[in-house]
Amino acid sequence: MVPEGVSLTGLSAAQLAAKLAAEEVSSREAVDAHLDRIAATDGGTPDGDVWAAPPADELGPDHVHAFLRVTAQAARDHADDIDRRRVAGEELGPLAGVPLALKDVLTMRGAPTTCGSKMLDGWIPPYDATVTELLREADIVVLGKTNMDEFAMGSSTENSAFGDTRNPWDLDRVPGGSSGGSAAAVAALQAPLSIGTDTGGSIRQPAALTGLVGAKPTYGTVSRRGLVAFASSLDQAGPFARTVEDAARLQTVIQRHDPRDSTSVTDRPPDLLEHLHDGVDGLRIGVVRELQGEGYEPGVEQTFQVALERFAALGAEIVEVSLPHAPYGLPAYYLIAPSECSSNLARFDGVRYGNRVDAPTAEEMNAATRAAGFGPEVKRRIMIGTHALSSGYYDAYYLQASKVRTLIAQDFRAAFETADVLVSPTSPSVAFGLATKTADPIAMYLNDVATVPASLAGIPALSLPAGLAEAPDAPGSALPVGLQVMAPLLRDDLMYRAAWAFEQDLDFAPLPTGPRAVGGAA
Amino acid sequence: MTTEFQDGWELVVGLEVHVELTTRTKMWCGCATTFGDEPNTNVCEVCTGQPGALPVVNERAIHDATLLGLALNGSVAATCWFHRKNYFYPDLAKNYQISQYDVPLIADGYLDVEVPGPDGDVETRRIRIERLHMEEDTGKSLHVGDTGRLHGADRSLIDYNRCGIPLLEIVSRPDIHDPETAQAYLRELQAIVRTVGVSDARMEEGSIRCDANVSVRRPGEELGTRTEIKNLNSVRSLGRAVRYEAKRQIAVLEDGGEIVMQTRHWDESKGVTETLRVKESVTDYRYFPDPDLVAVVSPADKVEAIRSELPELPAATRARLAEAGVAAEQASTIVASELGCWFDDAVAAGADPGAVANWLTGDIAGQLSAAGRSMHDSGLTGAHVAELIGLIEDGTLSTNLAKQVVEGMIEERGAKGPAQIAEERGLQQVSDEGELRAIVEQVVADNAGTVEDIRGGNQKAIGALVGQVMKATKGQADPRKTNELLREAIGT
Amino acid sequence: MSLSADEVRHVARLARLALSDDEVTDLAPQLSGILGYAEQVGEVAAEDVTPTVHPFAPQDVTRPDDPRPSLPREDILASAPEVEQDRFAVPRIVAEEG
Ligand SMILES: [Zn+2]
Repeated sequence: MVPEGVSLTGLSAAQLAAKLAAEEVSSREAVDAHLDRIAATDGGTPDGDVWAAPPADELGPDHVHAFLRVTAQAARDHADDIDRRRVAGEELGPLAGVPLALKDVLTMRGAPTTCGSKMLDGWIPPYDATVTELLREADIVVLGKTNMDEFAMGSSTENSAFGDTRNPWDLDRVPGGSSGGSAAAVAALQAPLSIGTDTGGSIRQPAALTGLVGAKPTYGTVSRRGLVAFASSLDQAGPFARTVEDAARLQTVIQRHDPRDSTSVTDRPPDLLEHLHDGVDGLRIGVVRELQGEGYEPGVEQTFQVALERFAALGAEIVEVSLPHAPYGLPAYYLIAPSECSSNLARFDGVRYGNRVDAPTAEEMNAATRAAGFGPEVKRRIMIGTHALSSGYYDAYYLQASKVRTLIAQDFRAAFETADVLVSPTSPSVAFGLATKTADPIAMYLNDVATVPASLAGIPALSLPAGLAEAPDAPGSALPVGLQVMAPLLRDDLMYRAAWAFEQDLDFAPLPTGPRAVGGAA
Repeated sequence: MTTEFQDGWELVVGLEVHVELTTRTKMWCGCATTFGDEPNTNVCEVCTGQPGALPVVNERAIHDATLLGLALNGSVAATCWFHRKNYFYPDLAKNYQISQYDVPLIADGYLDVEVPGPDGDVETRRIRIERLHMEEDTGKSLHVGDTGRLHGADRSLIDYNRCGIPLLEIVSRPDIHDPETAQAYLRELQAIVRTVGVSDARMEEGSIRCDANVSVRRPGEELGTRTEIKNLNSVRSLGRAVRYEAKRQIAVLEDGGEIVMQTRHWDESKGVTETLRVKESVTDYRYFPDPDLVAVVSPADKVEAIRSELPELPAATRARLAEAGVAAEQASTIVASELGCWFDDAVAAGADPGAVANWLTGDIAGQLSAAGRSMHDSGLTGAHVAELIGLIEDGTLSTNLAKQVVEGMIEERGAKGPAQIAEERGLQQVSDEGELRAIVEQVVADNAGTVEDIRGGNQKAIGALVGQVMKATKGQADPRKTNELLREAIGT
Repeated sequence: MSLSADEVRHVARLARLALSDDEVTDLAPQLSGILGYAEQVGEVAAEDVTPTVHPFAPQDVTRPDDPRPSLPREDILASAPEVEQDRFAVPRIVAEEG
């Protein structure tokens, strides 16, 4: 829990919302406090209506660089409007007036959406994402758009065309990815809430590496309309927060059936807050045999074992379960996601929007534009996906991976016969150093080993802090370790309930500490 | 049935027909489908492929496609999916076309077409239809430069108004062995499409398009290498192009050459097919299931409900007309020109079916066509036609006068009925016996020589006197009555 | 699976990416390595398994055929690299359609 009595930026969303509702503070004050915090910690110049982050080579060593663009004046105006309406006695939503950071993969009218890519240079989306609409409807104030791995492809936010985002716990380390900007913003107290997107772990892994709660809701419960697609069958937007309750509240705002997204499901999970505090006494918690052991750092393993003991002490029944096909999850994921991305990203061709490199023919123009606009990781995945779908390879790659996906979903169904929720470490490692894995794509992909099985099965999964552990390359260091909780389809409520009980029991403050932690503590 | 096309060669043709459905909105978004609007006005984030935009299936398009599939005797897939066909082209906003692949909406249909047999009778041929699948149309490119065509253009300008319009691809089996059958298939398909009302099927506007796969072989041998012919803009072009291509292939083979698999362009003015591109290998479209869309499910009760909406199909209409005594050729014309409802209304109003068919396909059609119009925009009704025939039968109008009445009705765009037109324009026959008798007596008196001839046994000469009476009455004399009175006056 | 430089170029053509020779040289071993890793999926016996496209999806989602306003043309053309006669302009198209 966030201690009481700290400045506005140190409050949880629920705490801030209570103060706003009681008119102890105004939304404008809250927004200004967070804008000041961004100015102090993120780099960039806070003058004017909007400020964009400085070029990558001008980032200072102490900058977090969570935001690509801060829509400061629009945020102030929105806050003023909410304050007026509150004073006028208008009924407002439970999170009205609370600031939020939005991943730059979701469209918002009036501001560029870059997806961390040069490819979309100059594109102003002509429509709002459904998530953006729902945030506005809930009177949540968007502060700006956050940095990310280009087109959400990466696990460190080092694949952004606009420079790295740093981990607020150690500015020489990565915040994870691809939603590294959204994670870093909340961890650095620049916003109490943020929205990320998760395709194979892109919310959960950065949440783990920055000491936050981050959730990937059940696939289909949050509309993908306006979420620039990486892999359509896997992409899902979800919340980042510093507390489980905050995350549950934010997910409640954005999960709504959308007739404009064909994959949007009509069912909702049971109310996420109603049984949030019911505890885990008698709950069967399944430990996934395949998602631990080799490849996981000792500090992570140890923290995870302690977490299991804590659950047991809280009255949960710990059972071991097996997902026999989980080891094939990562290989399957790295065929399915690139296949979909190779097709989804075909539209970036220099014809309708974004960047164009001139050439004598349309074909050469397309090819040159794409070569110049996409970074190396995006090109790699487009190439892998194009190959995996091509004639003669489809059956062995895309189709076989899609069958493995079926088996993994079956494994989960079987596991949920004996356990109510499943747990594992979120990431095999704590935050790693900048530029330590960029040269080896597969080493980077292994970050997702524990998160992709839930993505492939579509089930809800979240990461919450399980404690701190030493990084193998930095003796004496203490960096956050994430605990992953997975639940059956549409049982996001159970996942939150287990996470809340664990959070209450753990003495963990989501405030970055350490020699290279972000300065100017709240 | 002989399938020889020429000198021991058999022609094998399969047709791929694309039909643009006349839904109000596009396949995946709510943009209007109006033809001919200003460029890029019927567009949104979905049909211009903006990042993050998602497709949602148009319910009506699936319904209409199913209806047409049932009219073509197909079976509806209980569950089917959409696939992405990946290829780069500027008029394709997403650089993939949403289409169907392994499981089409409709499979295994057929179409019976009637073609003239060798002895002048009508033969029915069954052309099997492999599949009907749903897909989306592309945008339109304007090629700017010297030629106005793709070749030689400096640059192209894209309008996405057509992009995303529901398109149905209908693939026949290679069951066609002569150009006439190919034409009959396309014509019959057009008639069915219009009858079920899912498209206006206008080739000139591109709302129905046809590509032909053509090969030749010695009967009994394996299928020959085929070529695909594009740019067939009319039923006539289809026939000409298939005939030309077959002869070209036969000439190549008889010369010891080989047919190269390729796409050819039909040049209507030159009357030849020309190489458009050679398929080095089959294009790699990398089809895979579209993850933005979900399964289309058609349970039996839904299919049967749609089947119950099927109107009478052209073949049934033709059979019914034949039963009513209409000549086969006229029945075909009535169906092909979609005159069925005028026919039915006129017959329901009491007119003789044969006479109705004669007038509808004869003089009325001829005059409308000369005026550059059709029955559909004429304002004429079946009741008008029945009234016209009634006026002829009761002797008020001669055939000649009736034709003038039709002219009047067309001028008035159906605002006035035949009786009123005849009245206003003084087109009734002279039926007042006293008046006619006076004219007849005058003619007899003036033509003593001819009268003698007739009395001498030259019965044919009476025709000349009838002509005189007609002249004197400006054509309004009842010919039968005139004849009768003349004979009376001459005393034969 | 090991991809040759020519295979990399073939895939790049399909993907419409103008790769430099250096990129081709770098990508060949990288892609081979990733595909070699991903090929593990082949170890799973799955002949009779139905492939999954969506882990959790509704069926038969449609919308009524009711027109909705289109976006203003200015909004759609605003982000276009080149516009002429209210259309998206591209250089000369060489390949034929489809
Ligand atoms: Zn549209």
